[in-house]
Amino acid sequence: MNRFAAIVGIGQTEFSKNSGRSELQLAAEAARAALADAGIDPADVDGMITFTLDPSDEIGLGRCLGVRDLGWTARIPGGGAASAATLHQAAAAVLGGAAEVVLIWRAMNERSAYRFGQPMVPPSGGVVNVAGNGTGSLLWCMPFGAQTPASWEALGAQRYMQAYGVTSRDLGRVSVVQRKHAATNPAAWFYGKPITLEEHQQSRWIIEPVLRLLDCCQESDGGVALVVTSLERARDLKSKPVRIAASAQSIPGEVEVISNYYHGDLTVMPEARGTARRLYQRSGLTPRDMQLAMLYDAFTPQVFKQLEGFGFCAQGEAKDFVQGGNIEVGGLLPVNTNGGLIGEAYIHGMNNITEAVRQLRGTAANQVARAQHALVASGMGGAILSNSLSPA
Amino acid sequence: MSTNQTSAPAATGRPDPVYTPDAIFFWEGAARGELLGQRCADCGRFAHPPRPMCPWCRSVRRETVTLSGRGRVYTWVIPRHPAPLGFAAPPIVALIDLEEGIRLVSNLVDVDFAAITAGMQVQVRFEPTRGGKAVPVFAPARAGAGR
Repeated sequence: MNRFAAIVGIGQTEFSKNSGRSELQLAAEAARAALADAGIDPADVDGMITFTLDPSDEIGLGRCLGVRDLGWTARIPGGGAASAATLHQAAAAVLGGAAEVVLIWRAMNERSAYRFGQPMVPPSGGVVNVAGNGTGSLLWCMPFGAQTPASWEALGAQRYMQAYGVTSRDLGRVSVVQRKHAATNPAAWFYGKPITLEEHQQSRWIIEPVLRLLDCCQESDGGVALVVTSLERARDLKSKPVRIAASAQSIPGEVEVISNYYHGDLTVMPEARGTARRLYQRSGLTPRDMQLAMLYDAFTPQVFKQLEGFGFCAQGEAKDFVQGGNIEVGGLLPVNTNGGLIGEAYIHGMNNITEAVRQLRGTAANQVARAQHALVASGMGGAILSNSLSPA
Repeated sequence: MSTNQTSAPAATGRPDPVYTPDAIFFWEGAARGELLGQRCADCGRFAHPPRPMCPWCRSVRRETVTLSGRGRVYTWVIPRHPAPLGFAAPPIVALIDLEEGIRLVSNLVDVDFAAITAGMQVQVRFEPTRGGKAVPVFAPARAGAGR
């Protein structure tokens, strides 16, 4: 009999451009909300997982929450690729007996205190020891004027667009759908603010000829937290558990995070294919079993490549798949139903996971009818979540 | 890993490369006007980005060799906003596939953006950085364009 882990609590702060408080406070508020949602005493948290990039610290957060005795900590590399991988780590800890109540958090003042979208140039002089965090090869980009995440993304995406005849208008259709979803999600920064394809086409180039302003995610302040425990314990808790039917990471050879240029054919996303293969194998499910997909969307081309990498359409066919309402709520495969990182907020992917949980509980602002299985993916990490408490 | 320098007033000129222990040879070579690659001294295969161990035979014996400087354009873009720090005009950023099987992030120079095509043949040259170092960039391959 297979054992499973489950998400039993979700929490978040408001999403803004200036939170007015420390990142540790955002983390603590999101964590408190998630634990209250689960009906678990914060003192009982015994595992903590976040990104290597998160500025807050386990001890500091434990002190805020009054954690009695922390028994497991882990941090995931790879920038936003860590987001869905946190579920894999949490499930491993719970199923392996290393921890019983795992708190996952990510909190940042990524608009008011620092901005990922601003050019980044290391100081001159000396030898720098780069540990990497999975992003060490960015150093090869900066002296050439590729100094922002958009520029790193666009170098690979241009090849994809050329190979399959993908136009800026094609990419824009993803933004239009996600802003439509955000427009009816009160938690979204762009609540009440849909866009048209013409507005996308008129927005200025960020990286010509790939990314316009409206192809890019937001920069946001905010915090998100999740609580994971065993499905056995979850059955006794107050909220409706969401089962982690499968979780996976995949970092194929020569793949790296966003300056991902060294694996050969840049029209494919080997990490998405690897994650997908493991997820479908472990769950026994297929892309057709998913009622929605939450795909890491720092930039629109990533949605295209993940639609293909996770098997929702064939290689090169995402530009057709995203048309005709397919990826809208009510369509074949609703994608990023909260508005995603483009429309709701950029909490480094974590707010796309909480949305999947709401969909499977039936409490989402843009509810997908009969949602039973959801894919959450951040390229190198992914999970299939289910509101059915045992495998079919 | 690095710092944001969003308002550095003295930051004129192309940023210097960051020297890391396993890639110093590449940048020191560039500063001398040489394009160098890492080759395994045991199995003879190239690796880039540089690393302290050969991923095929796990040897730590490596040699730096002078590359031909000839390659083909794989992708190319222009960063428009925010303007890249240290450039008078936005550069053309490109991935170059070198003859030796190495792929480099670099710039394309002396070419109109509209005239660039995938697979276009290019030849290395070098451009100075603000701190008196240099980086390899690429121009369309034609007589007199290389060095």
